[in-house]
Amino acid sequence: MVDTNVADPKASAAKSQAGAILEVRNLEAWYGESHILHGINFDVRPGEVVTLLGRNGAGKTSTLKSIMGMIGKRTGSIRYENNELIRMSSDKIARLGVAFCPEERGIFSSLDVRENLMLPPTIRSGGLSLDQIFDLFPNLKERLSSQGTKLSGGEQQMLAIGRILRTGARFLMLDEPTEGLAPVIIQQIGHTISRLKSEGFTILLVEQNFRFASTVADRFYIVEHGKIIDGFANSELQANMDKLHTYLGV
Amino acid sequence: MSINLQALSAQLLVGLINGSFYALLSLGLAVIFGMLNIINFAHGALYMMGAFCAYFLLNGLGLNYWFALIIAPVAVGIFGMILERTMLKWLTGLDHLYGLLLTFGLALIIQGVFQNYFGSSGLPYAIPDQLRGGMNLGFMFLPIYRGWVVIFSLVVCLLTWYLIERTRLGAYLRAATENPTLVRAFGINVPRMITLTYGLGVGLAALAGVLSAPINQVRPLMGTDLIIVVFAVVVIGGMGSIMGSIITGFTLGIVEGLTKYFYPEASNTVVFVLMVLVLLVKPAGLTGRAT
Repeated sequence: MVDTNVADPKASAAKSQAGAILEVRNLEAWYGESHILHGINFDVRPGEVVTLLGRNGAGKTSTLKSIMGMIGKRTGSIRYENNELIRMSSDKIARLGVAFCPEERGIFSSLDVRENLMLPPTIRSGGLSLDQIFDLFPNLKERLSSQGTKLSGGEQQMLAIGRILRTGARFLMLDEPTEGLAPVIIQQIGHTISRLKSEGFTILLVEQNFRFASTVADRFYIVEHGKIIDGFANSELQANMDKLHTYLGV
Repeated sequence: MSINLQALSAQLLVGLINGSFYALLSLGLAVIFGMLNIINFAHGALYMMGAFCAYFLLNGLGLNYWFALIIAPVAVGIFGMILERTMLKWLTGLDHLYGLLLTFGLALIIQGVFQNYFGSSGLPYAIPDQLRGGMNLGFMFLPIYRGWVVIFSLVVCLLTWYLIERTRLGAYLRAATENPTLVRAFGINVPRMITLTYGLGVGLAALAGVLSAPINQVRPLMGTDLIIVVFAVVVIGGMGSIMGSIITGFTLGIVEGLTKYFYPEASNTVVFVLMVLVLLVKPAGLTGRAT
């Protein structure tokens, strides 16, 4: 059946659960000649917030990009709602309702804020309306005609998250949404994630900021050297604190 | 020195006509460069194909100028899209030099084929009935067809600008120019957009070819002479800017016309002298973004 070659038995307990919306099995990926993912295995269930933790260069971003189809060569299996994504192009993956918010935010300088916000095409009904997005991020409303890259870092992050909420995608992948932001904005993003979760969005998060992740995530996976080496639920967090410090080197 | 208004305005008109062709062609080059990162040396040959297409339509199928104005850009545009799908798309990620070599080679092949069948002399293409004759403006005589070329080119240029800078489709295009991978991850079929963009740029060249047929005759090498000046225009204006290429195209046409009047000996070189000056002061071109 499903391959669960994970070092820690506890991790497999946390991962092989029925009814997953996303199942990643033996995912390997390459950037040109360099082999970056060496067999990633994990699941995300509908409505969960799952966080990938790990040091710089461990393969967290590459995992998200592989799921999104943004990395040329990948093998293994990525199943989303019973669709196999491993050979699909990223535009088709997006059409299934998977959305990606990149670490560098990807705000377009030749587009104004409104155009940036309206850029991702609607793929199905059920997305947030512009008013709902302005309700989450009031700053955006006042800056609609500014050039996208003239916004502050925090506003750019809000724009980057806001624009993928419009499309009707229900599975969001956020790559380090708090990186380089002021505490008050990190808090705002935390509230947003909690609210999206309560509205039934499924979220796969990559974070360096472990403290932040612990306030929003249901479960954690630890990525190291292109593999998932451990996983546990938020409730098991205290029991795993020592291990976690070793993994993350904090 | 006294100014002969009639001669001056005649040269200005010639300048505006040339400027129209410069603008249409450099606009296409700018659109293609922005999206495909290819300097399309086949542009002159595709412009020539547009003129020949009009010629074939008239003499083969009896379809007049007005049909050619629509059919030729579409037909040559489709030919361009086939080139993109079968050849240019393999250039992604390679050095500019490969795009230059491939499109230059394509230009030589296309021109060679036409020369083989039609020689080097020009084939006549009559001005359509509706646009014959001229108007006396008091200070000059304006051939109606020439006035039409200038106004029609200007309208097409502005429509293209509007399409790219003000519409949703244009927003996809601008975004994909910046970060194609991310735009694709939003669910947009970027490879198809690239093909259509090349088709659009080529279509503009073919349209210029149709417009030019009644003025310059239809010749296999008609694009070769023109395209050299157009590349200078593009260098002066700066690659990748839409409004920049339109304005530079028309302006340089006028500058050339004025030079023809005031110092005819320099009229063939003025554009290149300007190019050198601009390169010395602003290497990215007047409206170009430094990369």
